[in-house]
Amino acid sequence: MSSTLETRPGPPPPAASDERVARQSPLSRLLARPEVGALVGAILIYIVFFIVAPPFRQPESLSSVLYVSSTFGIMAVAVALLMIGGEFDLSAGVAVTSSALFASMFAYQFTLNLWVGVAAALVFALLVGFINGYLVVKTGIPSFLVTLGTFFMLRGLNLALTKAVTGNVATNDVSNMDGFDSAQKVFASSFTIGNVSIRITLLWWILFVAIGTWLLLRTRLGNWIFAVGGSAPSSRAVGVPVNKVKIGLFMGVGFLAWFMGMHNLFAFNTVQSGGGLGNEFIYIVAAVVGGCLLTGGYGSVIGAAIGAFIFGMTNLGIVYAGWDPDWFYFFLGALLLGAILLNSFVRKRAEAMR
Amino acid sequence: MTAVVPETATPLVRLTDAGKNYGNIIALRGVTLEVSGGEVTCVLGDNGAGKSTLIKIIAGLHEHTSGSYEVEGEAVHFSSPREALDHGIATVYQDLAVVPLMPVWRNFFLGNEVRKGLRMDIGFMRETTKKELLDMGIDLRDVDQPIGTLSGGERQCVAISRAVYFGAKVLILDEPTAALGVKQSGVVLRYILQARERGLGVIFITHNPHHAYPVGDRFLLLKRGQSIGYYRKSEISRDELTALMAGGAELEELSHELESAGGASADAAKILGEEVHDLGIDRVSTKEAP
Repeated sequence: MSSTLETRPGPPPPAASDERVARQSPLSRLLARPEVGALVGAILIYIVFFIVAPPFRQPESLSSVLYVSSTFGIMAVAVALLMIGGEFDLSAGVAVTSSALFASMFAYQFTLNLWVGVAAALVFALLVGFINGYLVVKTGIPSFLVTLGTFFMLRGLNLALTKAVTGNVATNDVSNMDGFDSAQKVFASSFTIGNVSIRITLLWWILFVAIGTWLLLRTRLGNWIFAVGGSAPSSRAVGVPVNKVKIGLFMGVGFLAWFMGMHNLFAFNTVQSGGGLGNEFIYIVAAVVGGCLLTGGYGSVIGAAIGAFIFGMTNLGIVYAGWDPDWFYFFLGALLLGAILLNSFVRKRAEAMR
Repeated sequence: MTAVVPETATPLVRLTDAGKNYGNIIALRGVTLEVSGGEVTCVLGDNGAGKSTLIKIIAGLHEHTSGSYEVEGEAVHFSSPREALDHGIATVYQDLAVVPLMPVWRNFFLGNEVRKGLRMDIGFMRETTKKELLDMGIDLRDVDQPIGTLSGGERQCVAISRAVYFGAKVLILDEPTAALGVKQSGVVLRYILQARERGLGVIFITHNPHHAYPVGDRFLLLKRGQSIGYYRKSEISRDELTALMAGGAELEELSHELESAGGASADAAKILGEEVHDLGIDRVSTKEAP
């Protein structure tokens, strides 16, 4: 808090300071925050690509990187909050595709305004989140297993239902349906600043990160999220509605999966029924690289955003640098391992620094 | 309820001949216990004596199946800990119900967060935590440190002062000294006395008579789900309490068994035999309560 003054002889220190607190430099205070490891990593990776990949230095490239980052970063907000709350959602990746398919086919088959499909998909996505959460809290089975089940179910539904309805592996083009233009403005438009085109998902990403981090750090709900992830029995003992919080977090993932599904639908006009596979891991990687503990109770939404940015940079940076993109997943894995090692070190420090 | 002769005032908590069955298992029976404000009632017993069942009844986790349970003279049947809390009965469990990775102030107000509109009033909660802990005699370095970084005794005290701050009239402490060293236990005992001086009723569960005797006003001894004695401090000495707790006869039996096994066991038996003999001789230097 009042670490601005260096010790100096003379008047007694203000009440807020305490002689037993070893003077902690602002640096070491900063280092104790969950997102710092990710921030340092992001800066290093940025510098590396800035040096080795000349196209990376263009503002348009940064805009592309930010776009890719935002498409993963938006989901990472909800996934990080869920992880801080002590749970996983492996169905998050395909749930994005499910929402898009649902909205598209619902509106198309009943020839409704697309906004009706959008609203119906929201209900569907929240329901999927609710079912995930309900199963986890009522059965006590680890969320890893429950959502592995719903992951495969959704994947099968996506493929089978799409084929049954459209006779194809993708949905019909929705670009000339009612409501397309307004919905595209909301979910998938872009604008230019100077001569750089910026996708609207970047603004949504910033908004969701801001809301997420405010919720987590400044509200009672945030306190409860930390608590249910840190120790569910203790939280229950002091009256925290553990089950409601957890179900709510799963529904939060459902909500943002819906949002990203709508983005995909209105950015590409048609939805491939096999899409989204494997993305759930990237959301989790972003959250973990950003400082979330796999065991819950600790983490940061801003960290997850930085994690998603690292993902975006590496993803495109490899291309800009002219390297074989096949190396991408190798780097991603190495990043994840590094982040986990750093996190476990941080956790040990946090739990047993005496 | 009417014919009970009041000693001074109505006790905060009174169990009369209370018992609990789980199906055909009798976990507890015939327990009578009283706690008034400014009093410490110690519940002593070995593992499996029924201490946990007793706490669970008082704390509202389980309902008693026989006898009566009164809070401030009013018969109650709690079906949840929340109801007990609303009657001012707070329990500090062994695991303390704290979340190790969360800052002290967040733990202190967990489940009772103070809000200003949608946001939490973080400044108020930080200051209050600092002040309340100071009142209990804990001068915390930094309320933002994770509670897991505090020592076991300090953590106990945070849990106790939290219960006191949120309006507990009766504190149930479940083996607060069980996992602590000698010095830390002393600290916790001091806070028990402090809570008593503040006019709270304290139910102190322990299996250590040396911890119980200095702070207790009444002592309830449990064994195999039954009360084997309920004494005021004036009625029992520490050594009698120790002897009752240790179960002198059983120790003797154990010493015979070991003796017959021969070898190293025989040596152990000899030591044990001496201990049994020594019970009744003051050999513990616990400080007397003021």
